[in-house]
Amino acid sequence: MSTLALYSPVPSVLHRTPAGLKLAALAALSVLLFAVPQLPVASIALAAVVVLALAGARLTPRQLLAQLRPVWLWLAGLLVFHAIVTDLATGALAVIRLATLVLAAAVVTATSRVAELVAVIEWVCAPLRLLGVRPARIGLAIAMTLRFIPLIAERAERIREAQAARGATRPLFLSLVPLLVQVLQLAHTTAEALDARGADDEAPPRALWRRG
Amino acid sequence: MKTRDLAYVALFAAIVAVLGVIPPVAIPVIPVPITAQTLGVMLAGSVLGAKRGGLALLLFLAVVAVGAPVLSGGHGGLGVFVGPTAGYLYSWPIAAFVVGLLTQVFWRRFNLAYALIANVIGGIVVVYAVGIPFTSVYADVSLTTSFVGSLLFIPGDAVKALIAALVAVGVRRAYPVIELPARQPAAHR
Repeated sequence: MSTLALYSPVPSVLHRTPAGLKLAALAALSVLLFAVPQLPVASIALAAVVVLALAGARLTPRQLLAQLRPVWLWLAGLLVFHAIVTDLATGALAVIRLATLVLAAAVVTATSRVAELVAVIEWVCAPLRLLGVRPARIGLAIAMTLRFIPLIAERAERIREAQAARGATRPLFLSLVPLLVQVLQLAHTTAEALDARGADDEAPPRALWRRG
Repeated sequence: MKTRDLAYVALFAAIVAVLGVIPPVAIPVIPVPITAQTLGVMLAGSVLGAKRGGLALLLFLAVVAVGAPVLSGGHGGLGVFVGPTAGYLYSWPIAAFVVGLLTQVFWRRFNLAYALIANVIGGIVVVYAVGIPFTSVYADVSLTTSFVGSLLFIPGDAVKALIAALVAVGVRRAYPVIELPARQPAAHR
């Protein structure tokens, strides 16, 4: 399984749970684990998250272990450090707490579609409407970011090839200025195209204090 | 916010993602790799200024949060927001904002020295000021331990600040994006 597949397509109970609820539960869990720094509490939480991941979200043990791969060295180092400097119990608590939170967050990511999470972000940002922010544009911004990534990579490659063709072997970072100028122009053009297609049509919500 | 500003914000969120693809320099023993992504943080502030730079990094974090594997090493999802080094992630929007703010303050007499000051304060001091206490609380280690652990990244960050400063000066000359309010009200727009 590639690391790219952060979302698990196998349907489950947790997939049907609203993303906002799952995020709220994750936030509550992190508050609980730090407010009550007890080894039994953390251990029960870890067991509960693992059961939830395997039974509730129908993830495989292998997928679960893959989620810990980026942090396991960190956790091991932390345990050793605490065992030497403080004591093993403190180390165990810190490690179990971190592993629990990382796994719980992974479960939320694996069972929530991008569109649902974007909707939650827009919902959370809704109060910003009073300041003149349009939450709906967040979705547009995320879409633009994902589209720009391959375009930037492609421009960078083209500049590198052009320099190689001229026999220039300059350090990579010297290409950053021409690259940035190119992609800034690209962003400018994209914005003009979006405006031409009516991206700016929706009247901006009026800020409260300007109403009159 | 104009669509153009939105596009710039999205552009720099994407640039930070692209910089994550550059293979990280792994130091033996230390599980946190040195990545080029903080260079993107510095560049966002240096090129876009405080508001748009900060928003670009908020947008980047939103893209990470919805599950796109755009963090260095192909990581992403909500796990990184509760991991031991999450504090450094949270520092990025603030860092880009501070770099941008200082860049705007220095804008009229901007040169390599000012660019370096802006990037060292915003891109290094701010990042460490947020990241170190966070790791200290999360891993239940003392502030000193957390601080000493982060010292390993100082050389890499210094190089990145220098690169960001050089690029900031170059982009300002070739394609300035930051606009200060004009001194004569009628001259602008």
